[in-house]
Amino acid sequence: MEIARHWRLKQQRYGLVGEVCPHCDHKIFPPRDVCPNCGDEAKEPFNFSGQGEVFSFTTIYEAPAGFEANAPYTVALVKLDEGPMVTAQLTDLGEQPVEIGMPVEMVTRKMRNDGDERGVILYGYKFRPVLAGLR
Amino acid sequence: MEEILITGVGQIPAGEHWDSSLREMGAKAVRLALQNAGNPEPQALFVGNMLSMNISNQAHLATLIADRADLVGIEAATVEAGGASGGAAIRQAVLAVKSGLVDCAIALGVEKFTDKAGGELESALATNMDGDFEAMQGLTTTSQAAMLMQRYLMQYKAERSAFAGFALNAHKNGAGNPNAMFQKAIKADTYLKAEMVSEPLNMFDIAPFVDGAAAIVLTRSSLYKGSAQPVKVSASALSTDTLSLHDRVDVLEFRSVARCAQKAFDQAGLRPGQINLFEYDDQFGIFAALALEATGFCERGQAWKMALEDEIGVGGRLPCATFGGNKARGFAGGATGIYQAVEAVLQLRGDAKANQVPGATHAMIQGIGGPGSTCVSHILSKMES
Repeated sequence: MEIARHWRLKQQRYGLVGEVCPHCDHKIFPPRDVCPNCGDEAKEPFNFSGQGEVFSFTTIYEAPAGFEANAPYTVALVKLDEGPMVTAQLTDLGEQPVEIGMPVEMVTRKMRNDGDERGVILYGYKFRPVLAGLR
Repeated sequence: MEEILITGVGQIPAGEHWDSSLREMGAKAVRLALQNAGNPEPQALFVGNMLSMNISNQAHLATLIADRADLVGIEAATVEAGGASGGAAIRQAVLAVKSGLVDCAIALGVEKFTDKAGGELESALATNMDGDFEAMQGLTTTSQAAMLMQRYLMQYKAERSAFAGFALNAHKNGAGNPNAMFQKAIKADTYLKAEMVSEPLNMFDIAPFVDGAAAIVLTRSSLYKGSAQPVKVSASALSTDTLSLHDRVDVLEFRSVARCAQKAFDQAGLRPGQINLFEYDDQFGIFAALALEATGFCERGQAWKMALEDEIGVGGRLPCATFGGNKARGFAGGATGIYQAVEAVLQLRGDAKANQVPGATHAMIQGIGGPGSTCVSHILSKMES
């Protein structure tokens, strides 16, 4: 169940909260408290806009335990507008083909459940296509 | 000059060992290697293993195998570095023997994949990535490779069909390896028609998960009394990159591999052009391509051409996966790095039979953990007699 583990990550999962380096303004996600750009301490929280584009992607048919109900699903490396890359599922795709460079935005979705009726339902970020004309 | 020698090798066939357990496979490989070395008295056992804690609910593996191999009392510890665990175990054995604290060490690699399958196996494999920010998204190791290949094809305008070369070469070489899971060559057409697994990866871009065990025995040259021509360890290096792909500045550069290879070439005093055969880590065809580039065997974005023009065949410019690699011998997790060592030793001894690389003097073996998150490289060389 790992309840504390998921609780600990609530700001990242629900709010895409990372960090910004006070020394070089580098934006960081996932947070790591040390700036990968300049090497100085970077603990200042930063709210990402959730806007980005697909850097690469693929579809998973054989899913890990707990994710089978979602399969097949598409995963992507999403390059956020502020710089960092994030690994996430794509959602709300409909019939739309996915392409490298496709604009996407963060949404909150159900990720998986623990399988039994008393299990924790896990929510987190996924990304959906930005409708044409909205950006 | 005092050298680190490999004086014995042992392997069991890679495959689906339904009737054999983790401890039995491990102990068997240890005994075979000790016999091959002329039954020395080892003082340490380093066991490379990736997933026994998940797949077999078995930790404390090195002590269990020492026990089963009739080596109770010996120093023993498990070494884990994802898919690079086998090479990392060799590295630990080299450090131990070179330090002088240990005179004779065994590096064993063992993996038991077949006790889990489907979603459970995918979950176990996913423990090798960032649990909070990759595995929690439902990512799989295969999908990591697929995203790398998708980007590679786009960025370098590489021909998709060129990747057939990695699989064709592996299966051709697997045909000459009695310990390989697949011992049959495949046709180009078979590759092109193969079932898609995770676009753009098809079934033949992915190595099969197999059970396996292999072991080598190491000592110092001043202690070696045998008459057989031993093989020396000319270089031993291990380097890391960020664990996750998303934390890399340049996803298509395997920097752990570049760093590790540079260290290895410096230690051995060799250039890439002096390597006679390269046992790369082809868990996926795209890993082979990125490893060839990062190691310095070709320019970035060009490895697919090496596959296309069969430069990687046994008779080619740089023979690779000479006993079938992970694709045809099978990917045996922590055992893979030791299979590579055994195969390289056979090449350097001139015992590779149908797969013999003529005049093999220097062999590089390389293991990769995660999508280039860890890299371990060794250069093994024929001893001048």
